[in-house]
Amino acid sequence: MATRTRRSRILTPAGITTAVGLAIVVGLAIVGPIIWGAQAEATSVADRLQGPSALHPFGTDELGRDVLARVLAGTRTSVLLALGATAIAVALGVVLGLLPTVLPRVLRRALTGLIDILLAFPWLLLALFFSAIWGASATGAMLAVGFAGIPAFARLNYTLASSIMGRDYVRAARIVGVGPIGVLARHVVPNAAGPLLVNATVHASGALLSFAGLSFLGLGVQSPEYDWGRLLREGIARIYVNPMAAIGPGIAIVATGLFLTLASDVFATTPRRGALIRTGLRGLRPALRTGAGRAASAPHLVTTDEADAVSVARGLRIAFPGAEGGSVERVHGVELEIAPGEVVGIVGESGSGKSITAMALAGLIEPPGAVAAAELRFRGVDLLGPLSAASKRRLGLELAMVFQDPLTSLNPALTIGRQLTEAVEVHEGVSRAEARERAVRALASVGIPDPERRLGQYPHEFSGGMRQRAMIAMGLMGSPRLIVADEPTTALDVTVQRQVLQNLRRAQTLTHTAILFISHDIALVAGFSDRILVMKDGLVVEQLAADRLLVDAQHPYTKALIACVPDMASDRTQPLPVIGDLDTARRAS
Amino acid sequence: MAISLGIVVVATFAIIHLVPGDPVRAVLGPSAPAELVARTRAELGLDQPLPVQFWNYVAGLFQGDLGTSLQTHRPVADTLAQRAPATLVLAGVSFLVAAIGALPIGLATAISVRSGRRRVLDLIASAIVGLLIVVPNFLLAVGLVWLFAVEWRLLPVAGWGQPAQLVLPVLALAIGPMAYLARIVHVELLVVLDATYLTTARSKRLPGRLIYLRHALPNMLTSALTIGGLMLTGMVAGTVLIETIFAIPGLGTTIVSSITAKDYPMIQGVVLVYAGMVLVLNLVVDLVLMTIDPRSSLAEG
Repeated sequence: MATRTRRSRILTPAGITTAVGLAIVVGLAIVGPIIWGAQAEATSVADRLQGPSALHPFGTDELGRDVLARVLAGTRTSVLLALGATAIAVALGVVLGLLPTVLPRVLRRALTGLIDILLAFPWLLLALFFSAIWGASATGAMLAVGFAGIPAFARLNYTLASSIMGRDYVRAARIVGVGPIGVLARHVVPNAAGPLLVNATVHASGALLSFAGLSFLGLGVQSPEYDWGRLLREGIARIYVNPMAAIGPGIAIVATGLFLTLASDVFATTPRRGALIRTGLRGLRPALRTGAGRAASAPHLVTTDEADAVSVARGLRIAFPGAEGGSVERVHGVELEIAPGEVVGIVGESGSGKSITAMALAGLIEPPGAVAAAELRFRGVDLLGPLSAASKRRLGLELAMVFQDPLTSLNPALTIGRQLTEAVEVHEGVSRAEARERAVRALASVGIPDPERRLGQYPHEFSGGMRQRAMIAMGLMGSPRLIVADEPTTALDVTVQRQVLQNLRRAQTLTHTAILFISHDIALVAGFSDRILVMKDGLVVEQLAADRLLVDAQHPYTKALIACVPDMASDRTQPLPVIGDLDTARRAS
Repeated sequence: MAISLGIVVVATFAIIHLVPGDPVRAVLGPSAPAELVARTRAELGLDQPLPVQFWNYVAGLFQGDLGTSLQTHRPVADTLAQRAPATLVLAGVSFLVAAIGALPIGLATAISVRSGRRRVLDLIASAIVGLLIVVPNFLLAVGLVWLFAVEWRLLPVAGWGQPAQLVLPVLALAIGPMAYLARIVHVELLVVLDATYLTTARSKRLPGRLIYLRHALPNMLTSALTIGGLMLTGMVAGTVLIETIFAIPGLGTTIVSSITAKDYPMIQGVVLVYAGMVLVLNLVVDLVLMTIDPRSSLAEG
C-alpha cells in the first residue's frame, strides 16, 4: 500500500518532469566539465565576441570561448556551491533549531528571540553582511549564502521540533524517563526528517538562486573560475551584442531552480485538492439524475396550504463533490413546507443533512454544492434559477439566518451597527439615521442593554449569547417571514441558551415570522416547535406534531432519539442508552 | 525594536573584527609598507582596545559620524546621504506598483475561480504567478532588458535620472512580489469567502460589490499587510541586484563596490543603513496593523 501511493505520487506529470529534470542537472554536474570542460576553456581570438551561430549556439565571450560549453561545464560549480551552502544552512539550522528545545527557559528565549530578529532581515542583506566578512570569493560566498539561510532553517526546525515535542507519544516517553537528548534522537529527528527533506529542497533552490545573485554581483566565484551567476554577469555586459550570452545562463538558473522547487512539491504532495474537485464536479450532474429514482416518498403528514406557504421544497436533493472524487448526494429528496408563523423543527444527528437542507431553503448553497428539486420557493421566489432584483430584495428583508457558532457568523471587521443596518439600507433605501434608529430598537427588543453604545462596537466586544441575540436582531431589521435557526444554542451554555430561545420566541410573536429550528436535541426541538421533522441520512423519516411526539412516533429512529433523552424517571444506575445500543437491541430481539 | 537596533549596531561594528586575518593587510595587500599599515590602522582606530573602539563607534553614530571611506577619504555619511535617495525611490515606487497591482489581480482571480469555476483560467493564472514568484528579480531584469531595451528598443538599457530609466528597474523589482502578493490575496480571499460571516452577508442578498469590498476585503488585509511588509523589506534587499544591473547610483552599487574594495568603514555604514531601513519598515507595518485591526487596537488602547 505504502509503495503504491509513493509510486503513484512520483508517476504524476509533475513527478516525471521533476525526476527527468533533476537527472539532467545531476548528469550535467557529473559529466559537464569532463565533456565540455576543454571547449569551455579553449580561447580563440578569431572567434571572440561572436553572436549565436550553429557552431556556438549561445555565441562566444571576449576570449572566444563557447558560452554554451561554459554554461554546461559550469553546472558542476553552480550546483556544488549551492549544495554546499544548503548543507551549511541545514546542519547549523537543525542544531540551532533543536537546541532551544533542550535548553533552560531563559537561554531558549534568548536564542529564539535572536533568531526571530535575524528573520526580520531579508536574506540577501544577511548574505551581504557575511560576504563583507569573508570577502569576494567562491568560498566566502558559499559561507555567506549558507549562514544567511540559518535563521530561516532554525526557525522551521524549532517550530517542527516543538510541535513534535508536544505530542502524546513524546510526553509518554518523557514520563518513562527518556532524557531530552534521547527524545530528540529517538522521536523528534525521525519524525522531522520528512518535512526537513522538503524544506532542504526548497532551500537548495533558494541557495542556487542566491548564489547566482552573489556571483552576478561579482561577490561570488571569481575569474578565471566560472559559474552561472558569473556567466550571467559577463553576459549582461554585452547584452546589446549577444543577448544569448546572458539569456543562456539565466535559463540554466531558472530551470534548475524550478526543478528543485518542483521536487520539494513532489516530496510534500498530499493528494491534490484541485484535481479531486475537478473529478468531483464531472460526476455531479449524472449522480443527481441517477439518484432521482431513489426518491423515497417522505411521509406527508401535516399539510399546509401551498399557496400561502412561506417556504416550499419538493424533491429537494443536494450533492457535494466527494473527498475521493465523484459526487456524494447528501440529501435525497426532501419534501417540506412551512406555513406562515409556523415553527418547524428539524431534528437529526450530524450528517443527517438537516443543516444543508436549511441552507438550500434559504437559497444559500454555493457551488460546488449542487441543488436539484422539483420545486424550491421562498414566498413565491423561485430559488432554483437566477434571482431578480425584486427577489433579492424580498429574500434580503424577509429571510433571516441564525447560525450555530456566533463567534464566526458575525463579521469581525465590521461594527455591529454596520452589520445590522446594511440590509435595510441596500434594500429599502432608508437613510443611515433611520436605519440606526431601527437597529437600536432591534437590539433593545432582543434584550441587549445600552443599544446605542453597542451599535458602535465590534463583535469581539460581545459575549457569545449577545452575538447570537444580535444575529436575531439582524433578522428583525427587515420584515422577517422566516428565520432559519441552525443549532442556534448549541455553542452556548445552558442559561444563555434559554435567553436566546426566549428571544427567538418573542421575535416570532412580535412579527409572526415562521421559524425553521434545527437541532440534534429532540427535547429542545419538541419544546420549541409546532411540528417536527426527523431526518436521517438525507431523508425525512418521520413528521409529527410536536405535542404528539411521544404518542405518535412510529419510526424506530425517532423512538431511539426519544429514548436517549433522560427524564426524571430514568434509572440513574444504568448508563444512558445510545442509538447504537437500541439498534443492536432491536436487531437481537 | 531597541534590542534589534542594539544587535544591528554590534553586528556592524563587528564586521571589521570578524574578518579572518588582519583587515588592514587585507585592504592594503601583503606588500604594503609597515608604516602605511600602521597609519591606516590608527586611522581606523584599530590600535585601541576593543571596548574603547566600540565606545568611539557608538559615540560617533550619535553624532552622525560613520567614519571615513578608505577609498575616497570622504566621510561615509556624506556618500550615504548622496546615494540613499535613489535606493529609496526605487524601492518605494516598486512597492507601490506591486501593492496597487496585486490587490485587483488577487481579487479578480479569486472571485472568478471561486468554488472551482473556470478551472482552466485558474490553472493558467497560477502557473504564470508561480513562475513569476520563482524567477529571481535579477534574471527577470535580464529578460526585461533584452526584450524592451535590446529587441524592441523602447526603453533605455540602464542609467538613472529620467523617468523612462525608472520603468525597467521598477518592473524587475515589482513583478515578483506583485505575483506573490496577488497569490496571497487570492488564497486569503478564498478562505474568507468560505467563512460563516460571509454566508450571513450573502443571506442579506447584498450586491457583490459590498460583499467583496466591505465584508471580505477588511478581513484579509491583516495577512496581506504582513506579507506586504516582508515584501517591502525584501525589496530593499532586491535593490542591490537591480541597481547593479541598471547602473543606478544607489546604496546597492555602493555596498557591492566597497565589499570588492574591502572598504570596511563604508561597508559598515551601508549595512547599518540597510538594517535601519528594515527595522523602520517592520515598525511601520506593526503600527499600521495595530491601527486597522479592531481587536488589537482595543487591546492596546
